[in-house]
Amino acid sequence: MTAAAPRPGLLPAVLRSAPVLAFTSWKGAIAGSFLLLLILGALLAPWLTPYEYDVQNLPGAFQPPSLAHPMGTDEFGRDLLTRILYGARTSLSVSGVAIAISLFCGMVLGASAGYLGGRFDRAVMVVVDLTWAFPEILVALMLVAIIGPGTTGTLVAICVAYLAQFTRLTRAQVMSLKSETFVEAARGMGASGTAILFRHLLPNCLGPVLVAGMLATGDAIILEATLGFFGLGAQPPTPSWGGMMSSGSGLLFKGPWIILFPGLCIALTVVAINLFGDALLHKLDIRERVRSA
Amino acid sequence: MLGFAIRRILMLVPVFLAVSVIIFLMIHLLPGDPIDNLLKIGAGPEQRAALTAKYGLDRPLYEQYALWLGNVLQGDFGTAIVQRRPVASLIGQALPYSLALGGLALVMSTVLGVTVGVIAASAKGSWLDQGLMGGVLFGSMLPNFWIGLLLILIFSVSLGWTPVSGARGWESLILPVVTIGLGGTALVARVTRVAMIDAQSRDFVMLLHAKGVHPVVIQLRHVLRHALIPVVTILALRIGWILGGAVTVEVVFARPGLGSLLIKSLNQHDYPVVQASLLILAMAVLLGTLLGDLLQAAMDPRIRDGLK
Amino acid sequence: MLLEVKDLSLSIGILRLLDRVSFAVDRGQVLGLVGESGSGKSLTALALTGLVRRIGGVVTGGVILFDGQDLAGLPEPALRRLRGKRIAFITQNPMSALDALKTIGDQVDQVARLHLGLSRRAARARTVEILTRLRIPDAAQVARAYPHQLSGGMKQRVVIAMALAADAELIIADEPTTALDVTVQAQIVMILADLVRQRQIGLILITHDMGVVAQICDLVCVLYAGRVAESGPVETLFAAPRHPYSAALIGCIPREGMAPGALKGIPGGVPSAAAYGDACCRFAERCPRADALCRRTRPPERIEGGMTVACHHPLPLLSAAPEVAR
Repeated sequence: MTAAAPRPGLLPAVLRSAPVLAFTSWKGAIAGSFLLLLILGALLAPWLTPYEYDVQNLPGAFQPPSLAHPMGTDEFGRDLLTRILYGARTSLSVSGVAIAISLFCGMVLGASAGYLGGRFDRAVMVVVDLTWAFPEILVALMLVAIIGPGTTGTLVAICVAYLAQFTRLTRAQVMSLKSETFVEAARGMGASGTAILFRHLLPNCLGPVLVAGMLATGDAIILEATLGFFGLGAQPPTPSWGGMMSSGSGLLFKGPWIILFPGLCIALTVVAINLFGDALLHKLDIRERVRSA
Repeated sequence: MLGFAIRRILMLVPVFLAVSVIIFLMIHLLPGDPIDNLLKIGAGPEQRAALTAKYGLDRPLYEQYALWLGNVLQGDFGTAIVQRRPVASLIGQALPYSLALGGLALVMSTVLGVTVGVIAASAKGSWLDQGLMGGVLFGSMLPNFWIGLLLILIFSVSLGWTPVSGARGWESLILPVVTIGLGGTALVARVTRVAMIDAQSRDFVMLLHAKGVHPVVIQLRHVLRHALIPVVTILALRIGWILGGAVTVEVVFARPGLGSLLIKSLNQHDYPVVQASLLILAMAVLLGTLLGDLLQAAMDPRIRDGLK
Repeated sequence: MLLEVKDLSLSIGILRLLDRVSFAVDRGQVLGLVGESGSGKSLTALALTGLVRRIGGVVTGGVILFDGQDLAGLPEPALRRLRGKRIAFITQNPMSALDALKTIGDQVDQVARLHLGLSRRAARARTVEILTRLRIPDAAQVARAYPHQLSGGMKQRVVIAMALAADAELIIADEPTTALDVTVQAQIVMILADLVRQRQIGLILITHDMGVVAQICDLVCVLYAGRVAESGPVETLFAAPRHPYSAALIGCIPREGMAPGALKGIPGGVPSAAAYGDACCRFAERCPRADALCRRTRPPERIEGGMTVACHHPLPLLSAAPEVAR
């Protein structure tokens, strides 16, 4: 057995402890705690707030922030904090699920392209380069145009918009790992192509790709919010951050807090994801591998 | 240089065709009969027949595509379903607004971003460098429609300095341009700083010092020229993002333009307009990349000679 | 004397990289600064014109007298006016020494325009003339070319042209031939030697090629680990090196019972600057003649027979030395 032995299990040990490690830097700790609180808040929303997100109370509309309504109420008198917590459910889950699916497809595509090479590789790369040239928002708008507005449309749009990025990254990783000694060793010992791909190559490029996925989730939240802002995201009364800002944008004079708080939430979440992702990159020592691709 | 330009333009043709195929197919991927998606509301059977004939909807797909592409290349994008006007005139009306917005934002990103990048690189490692880059990093993470809304809140609602929305007078351009420009500035500043630091450490810089050239001259006439090449590359790649930003910002500021036209048509299911605006935006992205390539070749003799 | 360096010491951070280095060169002379990589040759070259400040170097002692003026304490603007005008620099690698984005002409013109105040046109005429004198065919054409369109030897000639553009009195050439093909190396060396003779320029040639030293140098200064091991006229050194290190560099240590030329390399390597000892001979670890004294005290500088040598146990003087293989 060579020294650079393949790791057991699909998730290398360094990766399993990485999220914990990221908390050891103060930036990572602050960002990570914020994200944990946000996720908990979204999950526990029904128990955390006495209000409903969809029950209108017109006499209580446009209340500025107060003790009863820490973030004020919207044009229908609904508590803004409540809607932000429920909105976090939509925004986070849509972006998260979309990126997860995109990540999985991108890895499979990228790994096979990088490993198989040849005509398949070229065909994949042509398509990838083509979408790569276009901003995610245009790709997403095109897809929403086809599928139609709503949660599904947004999900698919985000999924496809980021597919190129993950495919490229995985392919680059696999290409660079392909000629490493431990892969050659495994091949020499008679391991089959699929075994090499799944047991050796993929686990080793998992770190960079997962962190890239995490960073992309930040962008995806903005994309989801942008689509929501255009009225193309989750449809009312389902609250989403972008949707809330969309309805608030016409009410700047009457209730500036209606757009201020959802926007602040998006900004903070995205900054937190980036800081946490950066801390992860730093701890895993893979900044170059992810940032350069 | 001319040969280089022609090669680059020829390389764009297949990409343009691929994009046009996708945009053409869009109408067929939509649920329902394509003709219903193209037809004016309340159209009679004779109009239906006329449209079927015009787009060859009873013929095979590839013939339809050829027909559609032929029309598009002649500037005929069909008729808007909701607005009931030729799509081309709608686009023609919207385009100047978007070009002004995108162009000014591009200028702002470049000028401001390069300045910040050069200052940061020249003071590498100092508190000035760290402060500038920290601000730039933070700025680049914020969603730009939110920045836009914040700017409106501060400068229009609270201070009353600028109009809230619309496109009357040059004042109405300030906030939208700043909104898009901030993100671009952040990007350009980051790339410029890294490229400057890289170029500063190359051998030729030491020889320039040995020649007795003033450090400021070295930095601005020699190092910056090298650093601008990657900046142009990134800007060309990101021209689409600036246009994407324009789409968002036009909606935020309720400005007329390609972006707001696209979003409005999407919400109204006005597909001929959607197709045309997407195609124009895509072409702008491609032209941006081309412009970047040509600029790079103009700046670097090695690229002109095909060495890089 | 055109340039006289006395007891020059230099540090970067806590590393003391040069320790009381002395040498001198006059107009019409070529001084060879030799030693292995890491001996402080290039650093000395950078120190002379203050360029070493760009990499954080600080002169901690000694004087650099250029035409009677001490450069060591001179402020940067005054040094800058000297650089390129009176003292020119030829860098190691011509491939990367030129600005890839500017034409050859623009880069050579720059010197005359900056230091002589020539107009664009006058500077270009001068450039073409200098390039022609350096035997570059089609000089006007070459002036319009970009660096990547020229060969390595041509580029090095262009760098030399820059050194001549403002009639420099002293040229410092840091390994001007290492990056070039062997045949081109000889050409460049000959060009430099001719310049010194014709224009009465002082030339400091930094090299590790003892062949080149023998070919064109008048004086030689052997550096080891930031100190001068031996210096003096080149004929004397080659005829009878006194320091065991110089002897090893020449390719032969005359020792009893050993055929001349049998020892090619020097075992071990130059110590890193962090490991420099102070009260000892820094060559002691690699020296066949070293004893306890060498490891305990810094060797004093002896001046005998025109040579300065820093060694406790120098090889015998010329009269007693065997013929040295060249």
